[in-house]
Amino acid sequence: MLRYTLTRLASLAISLLVASAVIFLVVEVAPGDPAAYMLGLNAQPDTVAALRAELGLDVSRPERYLDWLGGMLTGDFGVSYTYRTPVAQMIADRLWVSLPLALYALTLSTCIAFPAGLLAASRRGKAADIGVTAATQLGVAVPNFWFAMLLVLLFAINLGWFSAGGFPGWDDPLAALKALTLPAIALALPQAAILTRVMRSSLLDTLGEDYIRTARAKGLSRGQVLWRHALRNALIPVLTIIGLQFSFLLAGAIIIEQVFFLPGLGRLIFQAISQRDLIVVESVVMLLVFAVITVNFAVDLAYAAADPRLRTRR
Amino acid sequence: MSRTLILGLALTALFVGAALLSFVWTPYDVETMSIAQRLRPPDADHLLGTDHFGRDILSMIMVGARTSIAVALVAVGIGMGLGVPLGLWAAARRSGWLDEAIMRFNDLVFAFPSLVIAILITAVFGPSAVNAIIAIGIFNIPVFARLARGAALPLWTRDFILAARVAGKSGLRISAEHILPNLANLLIVQGTIQFSLGILAEAGLSYVGLGAQPPVPSWGRMLADAQTMVALAPHVAVVPGLAIVGMVLGLNLLGDGLRDLLDPKLRVLRT
Repeated sequence: MLRYTLTRLASLAISLLVASAVIFLVVEVAPGDPAAYMLGLNAQPDTVAALRAELGLDVSRPERYLDWLGGMLTGDFGVSYTYRTPVAQMIADRLWVSLPLALYALTLSTCIAFPAGLLAASRRGKAADIGVTAATQLGVAVPNFWFAMLLVLLFAINLGWFSAGGFPGWDDPLAALKALTLPAIALALPQAAILTRVMRSSLLDTLGEDYIRTARAKGLSRGQVLWRHALRNALIPVLTIIGLQFSFLLAGAIIIEQVFFLPGLGRLIFQAISQRDLIVVESVVMLLVFAVITVNFAVDLAYAAADPRLRTRR
Repeated sequence: MSRTLILGLALTALFVGAALLSFVWTPYDVETMSIAQRLRPPDADHLLGTDHFGRDILSMIMVGARTSIAVALVAVGIGMGLGVPLGLWAAARRSGWLDEAIMRFNDLVFAFPSLVIAILITAVFGPSAVNAIIAIGIFNIPVFARLARGAALPLWTRDFILAARVAGKSGLRISAEHILPNLANLLIVQGTIQFSLGILAEAGLSYVGLGAQPPVPSWGRMLADAQTMVALAPHVAVVPGLAIVGMVLGLNLLGDGLRDLLDPKLRVLRT
């Protein structure tokens, strides 16, 4: 297990390094000089040069890349071109909206998918199974931002149970959770549909195994077999998908935040794009990619811990 | 033919037909605005109502279908065109450094969700339908590369491939003449699924303003425009969403139906 962890750790480091280089290069080829953009059309050349020096744009590209990389390792993401505030601070503020939203949605999606998948698998071919399968078919076809708009129409505009958007801050945790509820439901629905399908097919696979037949033959009831033997073994692929969904939810939150006017990472990145605040774009993208790669790494490790056969295979 | 396949075919044909028809005929001109006719609910004149500029929504849905289908289809083409050869190449050189390099490259692309790729591309080159295609297409490459490699690897151990090798055929020829035809079913099914994911991704990108730009109608942007008018005229938000759901549902059902039709083993398992 140690050897496996070390190899995976090395490959994690390489992936992060390559990803950071790709992001830096893509942003570097962007036409336009941020300093000239900030100062406008009438800026004097020496003012632009002074600002370039201040922003650290006057050194060579490799140096700037190393600066950026070294800065990120120590939590210093640089200074926003537009707001002149530390990027790390801006991201941390926004993360307080996006991260709880993603976790909330993940919890909801799991709470929906587990019972639904279990129900469908245990009633295979019956009305309940057909109903759940049809619902998942619809769930994966509905764009989450449109579903979000329908939720607003029903629960905010017609019924008035929730506000249509905005975020009151975490001073009042209940109000904050309430503001995140509709966005979390919208975000969770398609993921719950996918998770339900995985849960159902994984359970059905497990229920077809020989040891399940043995357990039934020795006299256990269907329910006992399901709860004691099948569920635990069926959970491994389900947990993998839950891990993967977290990063999808974090990225998906970018769009949902637009529907509900939430001040999260999504709003930050779109503002930064329109203001050509490239250092913010660079850093938020790197953060999202970092989340995806690290979560995948954690899932791989958890998988290997649960199933020793995977440690020797690549 | 199963009911799934028929329903999927019918829905897909409906939207593809509407998109094709829009090249020669739409009920109204999509660019004609009429403030007097704005936000009219569905009636006999405008079957799906009008938007905030008084444009006919049915006409916009038809032309929007063109945008969605074109973006998703070309993105699948990019993914297949680059991903399948990469996967076949990796399988032909199994367990070499090249195989390893191709698979690591795939892992890397997988770490960038298509939305993130689109954001990067847009931040640099500005928003457009072409950039949306590139973003979705790039994300499709590893999907097809993995599928092709995974399916090709077991084929390489089969006797008919051994016979081809004994006959002196090169790895390239074997991949093209013997491996690829055996993957066709799998690729068609996966292609349909990626097509439907592409429709969803395009809608999401144009909703946040990273896709096709005005005046080209697109379903995602119709929804973005509708957002502030949801309370006044719900139909402007409901109709484009239903179009997306119908198209995606149709393609998913088509994919499922094709899989059952083309893979008899699976059909046996299901009964």
